[in-house]
Amino acid sequence: MYDTIIIGGGPAGLAAAVKAKKLGLKVLLLDENEFLGGILPQCIHPGFGLHYFKEELTGPEFAHRFIREINELNIEHYTNAYVLEIENYSDLEKKVVFSSPEGVKEVWGKTIIYAAGARERHAFEIGIVGDRVAGIYTAGEAQTLMDIYGVMPGKEVVIVGSGDVGLIMARRFALEGAKVKAVIELMPYPGGLARNVMILRDFEIPLYLSHKVVEVRGRKRVEKVKVVKVDENLKEISGSGFWIECDTLLISAGLIPNVKLLKKIGAQIDPLNGGPIVNELLETTIPGIFVAGNALLINDLVDYVAEQGELAALGAKEFIENQGIPSRKWIKLKRGSNVRILAPHYISGERDVYIYARVSRPMENVRVTFPEIRKELRLPVVKPSEMLRIKLKAEEIQKAGKEITMEVEKGEV
Amino acid sequence: MKTRVAIIGAGISGASIARVLSKYENLEVHLIEKNADVGWGVSKANTALIHGGYDDDPEKYPMRAKLCIKGNRLWHEWVKELEIPHIWNGALIVALRDEDFKELEGLLERGRKNGVPEMIIVDKEELFHLEPNLNPEALGGLWVPIVGQIGPIPAVIAIVENAVANGVKLHLETEVRGIKVEGGEVKGVETNNGFIEADIIINAAGLYADEISRMVGVNDFEIHPRKGEYWIFDEDIPGPRRVLFPTPTPKSKGVVVTTEISGHLMIGPNAQDLPKEEKENLATTREGLEEVWKKAKELWPNLPPRSKVIRTFAGLRPEPTGGDFIIRAEKEVWGFINVAGIRSPGLTSAPAIAYEVVEIIRRDLGINLVEKGKWNPYRKKITHFFMLQPEKANELVKENPSYGKIVCRCNHVSEGDILEAIERMKFIGVKTPSIDSIKVRTKATSGTCQGSFCRVRIARILAREYGVDLWNVTLKGKGSEIGIGDVKVLLRGEVE
Ligand SMILES: Cc1cc2nc3c(=O)[nH]c(=O)nc-3n(C[C@H](O)[C@H](O)[C@H](O)COP(=O)(O)OP(=O)(O)OC[C@H]3O[C@@H](n4cnc5c(N)ncnc54)[C@H](O)[C@@H]3O)c2cc1C
Repeated sequence: MYDTIIIGGGPAGLAAAVKAKKLGLKVLLLDENEFLGGILPQCIHPGFGLHYFKEELTGPEFAHRFIREINELNIEHYTNAYVLEIENYSDLEKKVVFSSPEGVKEVWGKTIIYAAGARERHAFEIGIVGDRVAGIYTAGEAQTLMDIYGVMPGKEVVIVGSGDVGLIMARRFALEGAKVKAVIELMPYPGGLARNVMILRDFEIPLYLSHKVVEVRGRKRVEKVKVVKVDENLKEISGSGFWIECDTLLISAGLIPNVKLLKKIGAQIDPLNGGPIVNELLETTIPGIFVAGNALLINDLVDYVAEQGELAALGAKEFIENQGIPSRKWIKLKRGSNVRILAPHYISGERDVYIYARVSRPMENVRVTFPEIRKELRLPVVKPSEMLRIKLKAEEIQKAGKEITMEVEKGEV
Repeated sequence: MKTRVAIIGAGISGASIARVLSKYENLEVHLIEKNADVGWGVSKANTALIHGGYDDDPEKYPMRAKLCIKGNRLWHEWVKELEIPHIWNGALIVALRDEDFKELEGLLERGRKNGVPEMIIVDKEELFHLEPNLNPEALGGLWVPIVGQIGPIPAVIAIVENAVANGVKLHLETEVRGIKVEGGEVKGVETNNGFIEADIIINAAGLYADEISRMVGVNDFEIHPRKGEYWIFDEDIPGPRRVLFPTPTPKSKGVVVTTEISGHLMIGPNAQDLPKEEKENLATTREGLEEVWKKAKELWPNLPPRSKVIRTFAGLRPEPTGGDFIIRAEKEVWGFINVAGIRSPGLTSAPAIAYEVVEIIRRDLGINLVEKGKWNPYRKKITHFFMLQPEKANELVKENPSYGKIVCRCNHVSEGDILEAIERMKFIGVKTPSIDSIKVRTKATSGTCQGSFCRVRIARILAREYGVDLWNVTLKGKGSEIGIGDVKVLLRGEVE
């Protein structure tokens, strides 16, 4: 019986494995890919690890540091190991069934740290109609093709979505000599970090805010896409449609936590985050099953993902020592105005916690308040693309009764 | 000397005909298809129903009325012999208004004439017993237990594999461009891959059957495309147990709500007539999809949110002049047999169409058919790792570790499954590696993520097994390559 079985060898799972091992736990790490690192090996651009390593790394470099530790610490791990099923046998025992070239295996653990990442939304999910032809890729798929396997997908590209992934792929295509004809963004503001939005200026790529791609036409491969303008309620403005000729359509329309296996065993899901409901140790509503990284909520920085992995490892350790997370008077953390995504959902006041949140819309000169505990902080600006990470101190949390609300409001000048 | 038969079109009609003709010693059967794989025409995108045969008026559409019910009965054998995925779950034609019962009685009467067994008009109580989650306002329905569902392309593939095993020669990526007729007799077909001699030519070219027929001078009919669009939802969305139809209109059987055999809720199709020239127009449209949504909601009010849609697609029905199947030996040209206008219920009728063609060859062409001593009716289905019991799965992995390597997350398709699919593609003669060939054989890329995750992995396996560069792997045949070269190809200026 393992102390913890970690599902997923991306940054969340790797960090969890290293931390759990250092805490003295017996660890098994499983990943379906041929290599560890999750999506990091395909992210060859810089921007990783500034907080965590205090140094700017590329994705593969960031992954490499952890993988080296995995090997140095002799952490048991399998690649090519795809988890087919999790069974919550009891609060103390969990079964994990996985498939690998050595066979379909069953392993038992006291805890599970679920770090299976996210999946990309595809063209059908965002309502694009028309021809089902070659040349339509999700951004991650194109990234894998280009940066792991060295394949150039196409030469005239339209990108749906101005989030970080879309913008980084715009640069990637431009650097390889392709013509990026437009980035189309549904919202009235760009979705990515400011430093990535600069890419558009650097490469003279037009950005269409408040627009969406609605249709693809082509015989064998994409030939053109139809774009329409939307109003402030995201309703299409009739007669505003126009066509852009291109051979490639890149869909970068956001990620969805990959939680199928957790749903199957009844873990409660937060519909707004897309990930499970968790307490401050990132334990789901199923005792002993912890979750970290993009499977918990979509993060913007790998550093937070690694931090969540380590926290989940601490949770596993506490679980094992006490045969379960000790009962507490949990205080519910609630969304107030302009808070779209929020985790964890339950906090106790027994330790300091980081809360992760995203706003629904950008705002300048902002007050973030927690009225029940009279905490307030000021920020020059908040954007949906940037996750807010706020520390609540134990003694602050203790001031609350049953719940604490997070409000994001315009601060008076 | 053998009689050489060329069948144009490897859809469900052409494939079924090839299989049945492969039973005869004195025929040499060539199946000719312009696409890179079989079943990529009309047979690819449809409702996949084995219909009940009750709705075609025998006065107006005698062929349809006769062959549909006969085909339904034959499929019971064929799905077993060929191990084709199927389910016999029955259909309900639902009455939402009192007037609808009159229509249902008409259908019952027609069904009786066509020889359909087991139909019954049920009241509200029985209706909800059969389908508990139907629109609560439904009043009753016509219950047709003999209706079933199959995987249409898997069916074409199964039939072709069996036909090839029995000696049929499949010519893929071979487009018929002309037909040679001499002295009132067919001599063969001109193709992009040269001339193929033939004593008998069977035109099973789907949407293009009118153009093929014109090549021998028979032009008394036209085929025009009638589009139908569909939505498919994620696998965790509950769907009906039965196939649900509304009460039909003269033009179409209406928008169906069903759980298709892979377990996904599917709604569609509508019916939109397109100009004759638009035989390649398979684009989904917002108007069409909205229409389907609205109509499906009348039967099934709890449709999920749009974010639960995993795919939309469209199919084209080949609507012939007159509306009935055109299955006949053409008198002016000896040896030319039309199997044209095979619109719905063509999938259901296909096995019966094949026997009809045998009859025509015997009766109208006067060819004495000699059965083979040993003809193999069986074909084994492909391994679906995700459907195996754990012990069985482990045995398989022990023999071949690639079965343990999962490639498609959503449907748990393993590398072993994919290698087996490739072996079967090579067996029938698929030359151009394509993701769609793998999709229809293994279900990889057809789940929640629609391949955004596994497409590249599948392409890598195809590239390796076919010995081509990764970027030359196609989505669905030549012209749909997944890349244009290596990442430096544009910088070197090799692509314009
Ligand atoms: C929306 C819709 C819903 C339907 N629902 C049902 C249903 O539920 N049940 C049912 O029974 N039926 C249904 N049908 C009807 C059924 O799909 C068709 O009747 C059947 O698939 C026709 O098969 P086919 O082999 O005749 O044509 P196809 O599958 O089109 O085969 C013809 C083949 O000929 C090839 N070809 C054409 N020209 C050439 C050439 N010059 N050279 C070489 N090859 C050529 C094409 O590439 C194609 O592969 C539906 C149809 C549609 C469109």
